[in-house]
Amino acid sequence: MAEVKEHEVAIVPPKDHTPVIRSLSPTDFPTPTSRDEEFRFTPMSRLRDLHKGDVKPTGSMAIAVNKVTGASFEIAATKSGERIGFTDKIAAGAWSQIDAVSSLTIEANQNLTETVVVSIVGSDSVAFGQLDINVEKFASAVVIVDHIGSATYAGNIDINVADGGSVTVVSLQDWDDSAVHLAQHRITLGRDASAKHVSVTLGGEVVRILPSVHYAAPGGQAELIGLYFAGAGQHAEHRLFVDHSEANCRSNVVYKGALDGEDAHTVWVGDVLIRANAVGTDTYEINRNLVLSGGGRADSVPNLEIETGEIVGAGHASTTGRFDDEQLFYLQSRGINEDEARKLVLRGFFEDLLGQIGVPEINDRVRDSIEARLGGRI
Amino acid sequence: MSVLEIKGLTVEVTTEDGPKEILRGVDLTVKAGEIHALMGPNGSGKSTLAYAIAGHPKYTITGGQVTLDGQDVLEMSVDERARAGLFLAMQYPVEVPGVSISNFLRTSITAIRGEAPNLRHWIKELKESMAGLQIDPQFAERNVNEGFSGGERKRTEILQMELINPKIAVLDETDSGLDVDALRVVSEGINRVCAKGETGVLLITHFTRILKYVKPDFVHVFYDGRIVREGGPELADDIEANGYAQFVTA
Repeated sequence: MAEVKEHEVAIVPPKDHTPVIRSLSPTDFPTPTSRDEEFRFTPMSRLRDLHKGDVKPTGSMAIAVNKVTGASFEIAATKSGERIGFTDKIAAGAWSQIDAVSSLTIEANQNLTETVVVSIVGSDSVAFGQLDINVEKFASAVVIVDHIGSATYAGNIDINVADGGSVTVVSLQDWDDSAVHLAQHRITLGRDASAKHVSVTLGGEVVRILPSVHYAAPGGQAELIGLYFAGAGQHAEHRLFVDHSEANCRSNVVYKGALDGEDAHTVWVGDVLIRANAVGTDTYEINRNLVLSGGGRADSVPNLEIETGEIVGAGHASTTGRFDDEQLFYLQSRGINEDEARKLVLRGFFEDLLGQIGVPEINDRVRDSIEARLGGRI
Repeated sequence: MSVLEIKGLTVEVTTEDGPKEILRGVDLTVKAGEIHALMGPNGSGKSTLAYAIAGHPKYTITGGQVTLDGQDVLEMSVDERARAGLFLAMQYPVEVPGVSISNFLRTSITAIRGEAPNLRHWIKELKESMAGLQIDPQFAERNVNEGFSGGERKRTEILQMELINPKIAVLDETDSGLDVDALRVVSEGINRVCAKGETGVLLITHFTRILKYVKPDFVHVFYDGRIVREGGPELADDIEANGYAQFVTA
């Protein structure tokens, strides 16, 4: 594939990486602007004021969960308990507007064979949410969080994996085209715990997801996978932060996206910090983008900050390429028409990622959704 | 009997210094059942002819005509040409990540035959062709040309030719980069297709090596964008003995 550099890729020099503010109260944050590093790629004017932290809900999301043995789900009309502060006004604003927390618990020592599906359905209102996924000790599960319909939605997900626990969380953003969805997905890993976090962003006018990983004890493993497709006018942003603060932890980040159409915009920022005490860290991150047609913009910024040399490995890569004419010619020279050839190449681009995600239930859905979104234009 | 007719074909490419003429009037007729060797030194325009016939967008046809059984090939898109019965084995087949050989071949065959092949027959057909070319069956699940050696790529090209069974096959330096064993296997594959008598072959090569295995009926010497000499197999012997210089100065 011809690699075209779409945007400058830079290693940002070390800076003070502790978020300046951590709070559950939106009033503790100044209103962000596009001059702030965290929002430099974000279309502030299209966030429907969610970044101001004081927008009131006009409705709610319909939440449904299938019954799976070993898992329990409840919506508690209380916000009690400890919770670490959020790092921006949007997430804190969402917290301040809700009066109930949805929580899914995977019970200790339970190895779920059936996938838990949490569907979150919007109905054109402004809504906020907090979903907790608690994986107790030595439990394992696959959870799909399925976002559909349309909404102006700020909803955070806190994923807590206790010692020895293991979870795959797939967050599907399969919104209608008018949705705005802003979220922090915070993963906390106990000793020898592992999490695979998958963000699949296909729909929505503006989607901005901030997955972060915090290691609470040594031996944690995090895999962060992303698959995104932005059509004309869509903004799909993923901003990751992996905080290696404990020894002998691993992280692996793979994000792949395709852009198609005028003003399609994707953003991937991968911040990985290896703190001085995080010896034995092994981390790698890669982002690949495929620009299908002109007028799109893919921003891709890996940041790797290393404060100790006593690590196993650390690396990153970023490529942005255009549809390769030689691939198209090759396929066409075998009788395959141009539309079909483009579909083959695009499907191929995502296919190995679906394998890595390893949740077969979503495969056909993702394939079909992408092809439907191509809308016969390709 | 299928016939590919090329008449007065002129082709140019766009370079940094403006358009550059590569083909300067090519006349060539290839019929089903015939094997034509097109030989010439590097840079003579052999590959340009191959790509122009297949319809690569990089090459602009400035004059002449190409017809297949009377149909205007130059009016067709790349995939229409393939479906009409033209096949090009590439010198450097590209990788297509994420697309398995088996998926690719099935898609191609479905397009060319106009309907999906019967699954059971298809698997058998594929297995047999792969075995004939000494291709490991597991290759079917590998991505198209990804991580393939030069020899594996060329064998896979000939595999496609066998399965597609084209009216006219243009083989662009299929022999380059092959060791003796691979050359023999690939040549046998070409001969199997030719033996059916339904396919005309235009074998483009720099060296005479492959002609020990694939016997041409006609040999054309290509130089500076046109055919400068034509003859039978003896012409290849002449090139083997005396090189291209004699035609260059002619």
